[in-house]
Amino acid sequence: MTGVLFTPLTPGNNMRRKYGARPMREVVETFIKPNERLTSFERLELYNRQYWFRVLDSLYEDFPGLRAVIGEAAFMRLAEAYLVRHPSTSFSMRNLGHALERFIRSRPKFAGRRLALALDIVRLEWAQIEAFDNASLPALTSDDFLDTPLDRLRVRLQPHVLLLSANYPVDQLILSAKQADAGLRGEASNAMEETPAHAPQPAIPLPKRERIALAVHRHSNTVYFKRLEPEAYVIVCALRDGATVEAACAKALRRADPSIDWALKVRAWFSNWAQLGWFCRREK
Amino acid sequence: MPANAFNNFTDYGIGIGLRIPHYQHILEKKPVVDWFEIISENFMVDGGRPLEVLDQILEQYRVVQHGVSMYFGNADRPSREHLKRLKTLVKRTKTPWLSDHLCWGSVDGRYSHDLLPMPYTFAVARKTAQNIREVRDFLEVPICVENVSSYAEFHASDMTEWEFLSEVTELADCGILLDVNNIYVSSRNHDFDPYDYLNEVPHHRVGQMHIAGHTKFEKYILDTHDHPVLDPVWKLYDHAVRLSGHTATLLEWDAHIPSFHEVHDEALKANQYLGEVEAAEKTGAVATRR
Repeated sequence: MTGVLFTPLTPGNNMRRKYGARPMREVVETFIKPNERLTSFERLELYNRQYWFRVLDSLYEDFPGLRAVIGEAAFMRLAEAYLVRHPSTSFSMRNLGHALERFIRSRPKFAGRRLALALDIVRLEWAQIEAFDNASLPALTSDDFLDTPLDRLRVRLQPHVLLLSANYPVDQLILSAKQADAGLRGEASNAMEETPAHAPQPAIPLPKRERIALAVHRHSNTVYFKRLEPEAYVIVCALRDGATVEAACAKALRRADPSIDWALKVRAWFSNWAQLGWFCRREK
Repeated sequence: MPANAFNNFTDYGIGIGLRIPHYQHILEKKPVVDWFEIISENFMVDGGRPLEVLDQILEQYRVVQHGVSMYFGNADRPSREHLKRLKTLVKRTKTPWLSDHLCWGSVDGRYSHDLLPMPYTFAVARKTAQNIREVRDFLEVPICVENVSSYAEFHASDMTEWEFLSEVTELADCGILLDVNNIYVSSRNHDFDPYDYLNEVPHHRVGQMHIAGHTKFEKYILDTHDHPVLDPVWKLYDHAVRLSGHTATLLEWDAHIPSFHEVHDEALKANQYLGEVEAAEKTGAVATRR
């Protein structure tokens, strides 16, 4: 039954007529009873539709920016192909898009001419999902590192702080896309839906190339984007990857403009990041 | 018969599902609600707003967990990772009992996110009961299994759905979350008498009931949870509570969700039936089969 259930629908949202080389009707009749109003095929078709409506709907709601970049029709083609290759392996549909970036890289034709922008936006949208409900660990306090010299001090970034660099200002794009979009993925429930209803998304202007570095993070249970200067981005990435504070700063400032007071800047960055609660204790 | 081992000897009244559109109203106005049912999966996360809201709700209200992805009817054993997450939530909510569906939904780690009907055979009943026992033993909380609404039947079935529900719950020694709307929906989709269903289930195992709205189409009915409860379902509910006694009852409204007041008022209509049952219980009147 699962083979049939997970088989994609026809363009008209019906169950396919063939299952491999065999007529679908013949396959389904072997295990599903008909009744006086519906054939075996029609009864299983209800479940086949529900499966695809549910998972496609979930991806649709989670990636409004990607839809805006590649267009609604291309998005639906991409989503179906992706879900065939990467079906849900989690109890939660929150995780459905976990491999979407990897899939687009492996099948770039689905993104068309806007591949670089599509990859940037999909990484940002996945980071948002992660930032929304990833764990929040006890933040570091000054007592935690008071006696540790900087060349030995390692800190951990909160799981709800995600870092990414992009070739486009996707933080601005996503805000426009969300304003134009209807809403968020619904909660899990056990209700059935007859047909997914989506209002067409108005076109939004796509951005020009601009190299940016971003932290997607949660503060007071709201997800924010924070632009980072290039050197600041190198520091937090290095800290995330396990470097000591001293090594992270050295890496960032290796070719930095000597006319700038970096000590002042770095102190201000760390102070701000600490206020936002980005640091927690590194696991031993 | 309100309090039994399957609802942890509680006597909860009428509750409603905790849903996002009502968060603000509930947290700000703190309306009087006997209890909330949460969908466990919406709170099986590591952090963020869902857990913050839940903690605020738990400060004020009684909460019961209802799941949509345990899939007792799966051929595999329950996932240990899933159970660990669920147990963390059980400890947080202190849910007196926990419910999920009599269905299957994933194979070899691939999830349908649906409540799929099962072939009603003795072998499937035994495996399902084994899974329920394993979940209960791990979570250390009473389990009620909910009958699902369904749209297809299997040739392989060799008993009715209510016989299967009875068999599974007897073998697992667990409770029943009797979804009256689901019985109605399935009865119309599979041409059986819903009163036969109600009369034949083991009433002493009913720990909770669900009521909800559904949508009629030309050839079938869908369990859409997007309407008020319809009259035939209220009539069935009336019969169900006469047979099972005053039972914790929950209105499900999951799509096109109206205001909190509209949902709560709809749920409270169940009081009319529960009140009659309570009065009958006091006078010793005996429930009759239809």
